[in-house]
Amino acid sequence: MIQVRGLSKLYGKKVVVDQVSIDIVPGTITSFIGPNGAGKSTLLSMVSRLMDADTGEVLLDKKNIKKIKSGELSKKVSILKQSNQMNVRLTVKELVGFGRFPYSKGRLNDQDHAKVDEALTYMDLHDLEDRYLDELSGGQRQRAFIAMVIAQDTDTILLDEPLNNLDMKHSVQIMKILRRLVDELGKTVVIVLHDINFASVYSDRIVALKDGKVIKDGLTNDIIQSTALKEIYDMDIHVQQLNNCRICVYFNSALQGE
Amino acid sequence: MRNSTKLIILLGLSFLFTGLYLFQDLNGSYDYALPRRGIKVLAMVITGCAIAYATVIFQTITHNRILTPSIMGLDALYLLLQTVLIFFLGSDHITIMNKQVNFVLSVAAMIIFALLLYRFLFNKGSQPIYFLLLIGIIVGTFFTSISTFLQVLIDPNEFSMVQDRMFASFNNVSTDLVWIALILTTIVILIGWRSTHFLDVLSLGRDQAINLGVPYESVVKKMLVISAVLIAISTALVGPITFFGLIVANLSYQFFKSFRHSILITGAMLMSIVALIGGQWVVERIFTFSTTLSVIINFIGGVYFIYLLLKESKSS
Repeated sequence: MIQVRGLSKLYGKKVVVDQVSIDIVPGTITSFIGPNGAGKSTLLSMVSRLMDADTGEVLLDKKNIKKIKSGELSKKVSILKQSNQMNVRLTVKELVGFGRFPYSKGRLNDQDHAKVDEALTYMDLHDLEDRYLDELSGGQRQRAFIAMVIAQDTDTILLDEPLNNLDMKHSVQIMKILRRLVDELGKTVVIVLHDINFASVYSDRIVALKDGKVIKDGLTNDIIQSTALKEIYDMDIHVQQLNNCRICVYFNSALQGE
Repeated sequence: MRNSTKLIILLGLSFLFTGLYLFQDLNGSYDYALPRRGIKVLAMVITGCAIAYATVIFQTITHNRILTPSIMGLDALYLLLQTVLIFFLGSDHITIMNKQVNFVLSVAAMIIFALLLYRFLFNKGSQPIYFLLLIGIIVGTFFTSISTFLQVLIDPNEFSMVQDRMFASFNNVSTDLVWIALILTTIVILIGWRSTHFLDVLSLGRDQAINLGVPYESVVKKMLVISAVLIAISTALVGPITFFGLIVANLSYQFFKSFRHSILITGAMLMSIVALIGGQWVVERIFTFSTTLSVIINFIGGVYFIYLLLKESKSS
C-alpha cells in the first residue's frame, strides 16, 4: 500500500505540489484528475521516485521509498510516463523483455519468457511482436509499453496520461485492460487522466487536484457530481446517468439542462 | 549473419592485421624489430579499447550518438597542460622530456579536472546531463583559447614541440608507459564491465531506467568517471584521438543492430583494433610514413561525421 505524506514540490518559488497527503487504496483504479498545471504528473513522478520531493515522503508498506533499494522497488511499483523517447531500435518483444529486467538483470530465463508471452497475449500483441517500435502507430506503441509494465509484474502500476494521442477505440481498449488487471490480477492502478468521463466510467476512486492541492479524494460517484466538478474545474458540468455510467457533459453550457 | 559470427570475423581480422603488422618483412629481427612492433601493437590495442569503451558508454549516458567524451574538455586540458609546461618551463624541462613524468602529470590533471567538474555539478542536486555537457564545452573552449594564445607567443622551435603533442602518434610510445597503461585500462574496464547490463536499460531513457530498478544517479556517475579515466590514459599515452571513438562506436551500432552493450562494446573495441593496427600498417607500408595515422583517422572520421549529421537531420 502506498501512502503519501505531506509531499511538496517547488520550482523556484512556485509551488507545484502543495502538502499532498493521500492513501492509494490497494486493488483499485485511482484516477488523478484536475485542470492543466494542477500538479498531477508531478505528484505521480514523485510517488514513483522519478522526481525528488522537496518536503514530505512516500511510504510503501510503511517504509519510505527512498530507503528501499532501487532493484527491490522496481519489483513492486512500476511507472509509465507520457513520452518514451529512445535512441535504440527495439522490437516489441525485446521491449517487453526489458520489463523482466528487475528479476533477470538482462538474462531472461524460462519463467521470464513465459511472463513476456503472457503480457503480449494480454495486450493482444503477438501479431506485432517482431516489429520494430518505430514502425508502429502511436496506439500500438503505447500498448507495447503497457505490455512491458505488465511483464514487470508489479503490484502497483502508475500511468501518466496513457491515453494521450490515442483514438477512442484504443483508449477504451487500454482502459478495459487496466480494469482487467485490477479485477483479475488484483493490481493497484494509479492513472493521470484528462478525460473525466474515462475517470468516471473506469475508476474506483478519484483524487482531484487543483493548484497543487488535493481538493477532492473519494469514491468516483461522490466526485462525479456537478457541485464537486464545479469546484475542481471552475465550470458548469452537467452529469447524466447513462446505463449505470455517470457521464459529464461540458462541451457547451448552453446545451445543458433539460 | 548472427552477431556472434560477426564478432568472430572481427576477431579474426584483428589477429590477421596484428600478425601482418608484427611479422611482415621481419627478416629474423626477433630481438630488435619484433619487441618494438609489439609495444606499438599493445599501445594501439590499449588506446583502441579504452576509446571505444569510453565513447560507447558516454553516448549511452548522454543519449546522443554524435558526441564523444572529448566534449568534456579533457583533450583541451591535455593540450593546455603541454602548452603551459613548454611555455613556462621550456621543452627541455623534465616534465616534457621525461615521458613517465609527463604521463603521470597529464593523467592526474585530467582525472582531477573531471572529478572536480562532476563533484561541483552533482553536489548541486541532480542536474540534467546536458547542463554538464554545456559546462564541459565552455571549459574546453576556454582551455583551447588559452592554449592558442600561448602558442602564438611561444618561440617557433618550442612551438614545434607543442605541435608534436597535438596529434596522436604511435611511433614513439615508451615501453614502461604501455605496461602501466595496460594495467590501469584493464582494471578500469573490468570495474565498468560489471555494470554493462545497466547500460542496456539506460538506453531506454532515464525514466525507464529508474522504473526498471537501475540506481540511475550512481551508475551515471560511475560511468562518467570511468570514461574520463580511460580518455585520460589514452590521451596521455598517444595524444588526442577521441574523434576516433565516434567512428568505431557508430560503426558498431550500424553493424550489430543490437541493444546489448556487451556486444556493442566488444564490437567497437575489435573494430578500433582492426582500424588502428590496419591503419598503422597502411601508413607504414603504403604511405611509407609520409603521413600519420591520426591524419587519416581525422579525414575518414570527418567524412563519416558529416554523413552521420546528414542522416540524423533526415531522420528527425
